[in-house]
This record gives sequence, structure tokens and C-alpha cells, in this order.
Amino acid sequence: MKQDKTTLGSITHFDFEAKIVVLDEQIEELRALSSAKGIAYATEIRQLQNERVASLKQIYSNLTAWQTVQVARHPQRPLFGDYLELMIKDFHELHGDRCFGDDQAIVTGMGQIARNKVMIIGQSKGRDTKERIARNFGSPNPEGYRKALLKMKFAEKFGLPVVTFIDTPGAYPGIGAEERGQAQAIAVNLAEMSRLKVPIICICIGEGGSGGALGIGVGDRMAMLEFAYYSVISPEGCAAILWRDGSYAAEAAAALKLTAKDLSKLGLIDAIIPEPVGGAHRNIHDTVYNVESYVATTLAQLKRTPLEDLLKKRYQKWRRLGTEFTVHGGDQPTFEQLELPAKPSGTRSEQTTTRM
Amino acid sequence: MPAKIESKTAKSKWNGYSLKPRKEMPDGLWMRCGKCERMLYKSTVRNNLNVCPECNHHFRCDSDVRISTLVDEGSFQEILPDLRSSDPLSFAFRGTTYKKRAEADVKASGQLEALRAGRAFVKGRGVALTVMEPNFLMGSMGAVVGEKFCATVDLAVEASLPLVAVCASGGARMHEGVVSLGQMAKTAAALARFSDLGGLFITVLTHPTAGGVTASFGMLGDVTLAEPEAMIAFAGRRTIAETIRVELPESFQTSEFLLEHGFVDMIVPRSQLRSEIARLIDYCRK
Ligand SMILES: [Zn+2]
Repeated sequence: MKQDKTTLGSITHFDFEAKIVVLDEQIEELRALSSAKGIAYATEIRQLQNERVASLKQIYSNLTAWQTVQVARHPQRPLFGDYLELMIKDFHELHGDRCFGDDQAIVTGMGQIARNKVMIIGQSKGRDTKERIARNFGSPNPEGYRKALLKMKFAEKFGLPVVTFIDTPGAYPGIGAEERGQAQAIAVNLAEMSRLKVPIICICIGEGGSGGALGIGVGDRMAMLEFAYYSVISPEGCAAILWRDGSYAAEAAAALKLTAKDLSKLGLIDAIIPEPVGGAHRNIHDTVYNVESYVATTLAQLKRTPLEDLLKKRYQKWRRLGTEFTVHGGDQPTFEQLELPAKPSGTRSEQTTTRM
Repeated sequence: MPAKIESKTAKSKWNGYSLKPRKEMPDGLWMRCGKCERMLYKSTVRNNLNVCPECNHHFRCDSDVRISTLVDEGSFQEILPDLRSSDPLSFAFRGTTYKKRAEADVKASGQLEALRAGRAFVKGRGVALTVMEPNFLMGSMGAVVGEKFCATVDLAVEASLPLVAVCASGGARMHEGVVSLGQMAKTAAALARFSDLGGLFITVLTHPTAGGVTASFGMLGDVTLAEPEAMIAFAGRRTIAETIRVELPESFQTSEFLLEHGFVDMIVPRSQLRSEIARLIDYCRK
């Protein structure tokens, strides 16, 4: 799963990186000059490079929500395949859900992370066009979720901790997916993962697309890469519904509070894993290293926790999710204080009330 | 007596919608059935469990109608009736806000949230019950729905009651972002524990049930019932049509479609829901 620059499309810079493009050009020019004329511009080049790093830092510490979504979808961003190759030792892929097929959008298998034997579950998007199609662009079908669960139950039996890598635009919305019970497959995973008797670490490495992400995203810890996003609906989808116009995706992205920073503030994720200067796509090795150290440290913690405590804490973590955002009456008017019009008697006609 | 205002012998239909200009609906007393297009007395429909007496079409039920048609009269004791969302994201869109939309739907639905919970009797059998309110933000699930649902599961555990959940929901509530997404896992976790403790969970899927609810508590019943011709889905019909660009058959994502593919145990007409639930409880009583 090596990067193939020829098939990556033309995005190398985002429009918000204009300053970097200029600096890159200047550095290139100086380099060309020094090799052509034999003059050493080392100091000038170093100065420009420092300036480049400083502006990258500046740009990336002030990304808007929509820019973050774009970075998370960058075609050169490290994918699950890169983590498999660079981080997992001795990976043995295990295929199939024993019911229907082998969904390529979710890859499962045994391997080692920092000398820990683990079960790895990862959503895989694919690099080139051919692989992307084979992996359905990272959108799993029900058999993907069932395969993941089957391997997790296997891990439970032999005490292997589970590490999941989340990177999906969402569970696939297709006819076959509905026929084979996409909703049921995800629902069962949520219930089973909440009580699986081994530690579970979930890491969102790119796109955390709604129920499709959550279907392998219930565990003891939820971490996100700095410029990954995690959302209940895609910004485009949200804009199409609430703004009635998909082109308001930037506004929707901001409103949805889908960045790692915002989700951390809301207490919905446990850790933000830092990305190298200028985003994960600029330095795959450092990104993988950061994820690996997070997993190693966290695994050590979780393995020290007695199983009973671990499961109790996991249950409490999920049972309490959102409780703090509910209020009894609160500052909002209570039911009695509201002016209620006389309730329309009986029912409305189906034609006027049915949406969806 | 159902009233027939016009003869319906020559129906001209295209794609499920009438091509004839719609007659103005007389205010108040009358309604038109969306399926057979007959004009009906509202009171007749109401006295018939909100089902069309002519074609047996099941109309959507608001939470009041659902509770009154499902449980023994006056037996519903509500918990957490005043629980409301604190608007965790301060969500604003297209010149309005989540709070304003919620206020508007409080007025429209007469309810403070999209789920009502409590205990009740069904044919004399005690149950913990959740019922969704489709007229409050389309019955979508946010923090309050998740919290009330889990509180009802806790109630069922404490009082050793079977749990009955009537679903009618547009899915997860976008306005609460990942807080609402997390409610799927929260409710599933509570149900996993409930199941481990030996509790009986009966889901009733009604029109419409989508996304966030089907992919969590809606599909986790020990027994899954569905009302006839209800739309029950993971992804919305439009989303699928736009993704794969084919025309979808009319039967797609109906209760009957789910039964055929093995995802519901039985389709139960509303008139038999009470007796079916009572029978299931009796069978599972230890
Ligand atoms: Zn009818």
C-alpha cells in the first residue's frame, strides 16, 4: 500500500496554504540557483525553511472546522494500510464474517503493537482507484461490521486487547446493505463492544462518519488524530437538510463541532493525538509514531486495570454520555410556562405530516 | 360510519401520488387517508386506533395517542417529564437556532422532548415503557432521549419489569452532533446490561423509524414487532437513491421488506398490539 503519486489526483496544496506554495517556490528557486551557479544559499534557504515551518504551524493551529474536514480527507493522508505496514508487526489478516462475505472496507487480523499481541480492526479506504473501488471507498456493508464482531469475540476468548482504526465517510447506504441489515449489524456491535471482556482502544485516524464509525467505535478509550473529524452526519448532508443547500457544508461543519478540539471540550473523546507540522499527510512516519506511542501507553494502563473495573468503567463512561447536557426545566421555560395553543383534535392526514 | 365524499372507482395514480388536484380539506372534522384517499371523520379514525377504517392504513401516532391506545386506561406513570436538552453545541443554522426550533416543536407537539418514558400496564401486565413523539424534531434522538431511555431500562431492572419501546424516529438529532451519535452506544450499552440481567425487551417499530434508532435500541429487541407498512430503515430512501442512482421499489424498507429479510419477528396490526405484547410477556415470565 505504497503511495502512488501519479494516481493521487492534483491536490498537493489547499487554498488556505497559499503562503506555503510561495515559500516552496522561493526555496526551489534558491536551490536551483545554488546548483546552477555554484553559490551556496544555505543560510537563505534555512531562513525560508524556518519561515515555512512557522507559517505551517500558524495555519494548522487555526484551521476552521471545514478546513479540518478537508485535511482529514486529503488523498495523501496516512490510511489504515499505512499503519498496518509501519506500525503492526507480524500482521495476520483474518477474513470473512462466516455469513455472507469478506467486506474489504474493514480489515481485521492479529498483530503486535509495541510487543502487545492485539486484534486489529480497521476501516480501509484504499489508495489508488482500483483499491478504492475494491474497498468501497471505506464504506462498510453489514458483513464488515459482522466480521469485526466475529474477530472481536475471538479476541475476547483468548484475552487479546482490541485496537480499532476508524476512517470512513459512513456505513454504506445501498440496497444490499439494507437487505442484509446495516442497522442491525451496527446496533449489535454497539451492544457487544460495550461488554466485550478485553480492553478496547478506538482511534479515529481520518473520517469518523456517523454510525459507520461508531460501529467499531465503542470501547474504553476514544482518541482522535489532531485533524481527524468525527460527526453524526457529513457536513454536506447536514447542510443539505438544515440549510437546504449542500454548499453550506462549511457552515454545517462549524455548527456540528466535529473537530478533535471541540469534541475534547465536550468531553466526548479521551485524547487528541498530535499530528506533525502541517498535518499527517506531510509526515506519515511521525504520525504513525505518535499513534503507536498513544496505543502502547494506553494499552499498558488498560492491561493493568482488573477486568471487572475495566468493564464497570466502560459501562459508566457510555451510560453517562450526554447526561450532563440534560436539564430539568432549567433556564428554559417549563412545559407549564409555555403558551400552548389548543391541541388539534385527532390526527393529521398522512399526506401532510409524513416526511422521510 | 366512515364517510365517503367522492366515488373512488377511477383512481388515477402516479408514483403513489394522485394526479388530481387535491380537494380542499374541510377544516377540523375531516381528514383524507393518504393511502385510499377517502375522506374520513377524524373522530372515527381516532376511535379506530388511528387506523383507516376503509383500507386499514396505519396513521402515524403522536405520543398521547400511542400511549392511550397501548396501555390500560390511566395506568401510565411518567418519569423525567421535564427533562430537556441544554443545547450542548449552541447549534445555530440558517438564521435560526436549535433552541428556537425546539420551542416551536414544543408548541406543535405539546411535548417537551421526543421520548416519553415511564411505567404502565398492558392488559394488566406491568411494563417499563418508552414511546417516541414524532412531532418533536421528527422524534430524533438527542441526549434527553438517550437519558430517558436508559433511565427506563434502569427502572425495568429495579422493578423487574419487561421493557417495551415503541419507536418512531427520524434518527440521530443533528443539532446535538456527536452527543446524539453517542446516545446510540449509550442505549445499546444499557440494553446489553439489561439482557445480561435476564430482562425481556420488546421493540415495536412504527412509521417511520430511521438511522440512529434502528441502528441502536430499535434493532436490539429480544422480540422485534413492526406495524404494517411502516418505513423502517438505516439510510434514508433519498440518500440511497442519490448514492446508487437507481429507482427503488415501493416496498423497499417497509415492515414487510424487513420481515422478508429476517429483521423483524412479526408484523402486528395496531388492533392486536396489546394482546400480542401481553402474550409475549406471559410466555417469557420466569
Ligand atoms: Zn385508507
